[in-house]
Amino acid sequence: MPGKKPHTLPEKKNSYRLKLPADSANLDIIRKFIAGIAENMGFSEEDIYQIELAVDEACANVIKHAYIGENTREKEIHVRVKTRAKKIEITIADRGIGFNPNSIKTPNMEEYLKRMKPGGLGLHLIKTLMDKVSFRINPGVRNEVKMSKSLVK
Amino acid sequence: MANFDIERKDNGDVTILHANGYLDAHTAPEFENALSTLIQEKRFKIVVSLEGLQYISSAGLGVFMGFIEEVRQNAGDIKISEVSPRVFKVFDLLGFPSLYEFYDSKQAAMEKFK
Repeated sequence: MPGKKPHTLPEKKNSYRLKLPADSANLDIIRKFIAGIAENMGFSEEDIYQIELAVDEACANVIKHAYIGENTREKEIHVRVKTRAKKIEITIADRGIGFNPNSIKTPNMEEYLKRMKPGGLGLHLIKTLMDKVSFRINPGVRNEVKMSKSLVK
Repeated sequence: MANFDIERKDNGDVTILHANGYLDAHTAPEFENALSTLIQEKRFKIVVSLEGLQYISSAGLGVFMGFIEEVRQNAGDIKISEVSPRVFKVFDLLGFPSLYEFYDSKQAAMEKFK
């Protein structure tokens, strides 16, 4: 028997994974998966909506851009969620062509709206909605967008 | 799959589109088709009622952006009515209120076309 008791209980960590075809018809499934986890953690309705939206945007980007011109390999999205007591961390990964996160600048919305053309808003929304966003790009192998949000700021 | 549908009601030269459900990258083409049909019919006075819209992503916002220029060049507009606070927040985050008019009711939006 271990002789020493910890002073504090270890923080409860959980991990969830979803792997599915990169098809826009699956965005709904991904949102429900994320919303269910965030709801169980105690996020407010408003926060859940924002987390769902950020994940939707990242997955929609994968569906639209990651597998352009690819017909041979399986086109998949991997969604991994790690939770701690007060933090949700979501990683969206694909094996597609990747992108240069530095080349995607935060749009100047005034300029953007003047141009009145669609597209390019997803990443901007993700950065606005989540506390932290990072990228790890390895084209054809694994491209990741990692985002997190804390329960209490 | 996400539920989304569009109902169209013509009222004189103004058309009201009721967008219901979830507007995301999967359902945006349906909304796009509805607007595209109106443009083809040269109906440029459009009110989009979002009373029944529960969710919007940037793909949905992109549809609004894709048509507004042509609509305004033809003396029309796309006005938005009855948007819920959570959906409005997405519009707001991207600065849309400076480009689109939002109204509390379809009637108020329609009045503006007179």
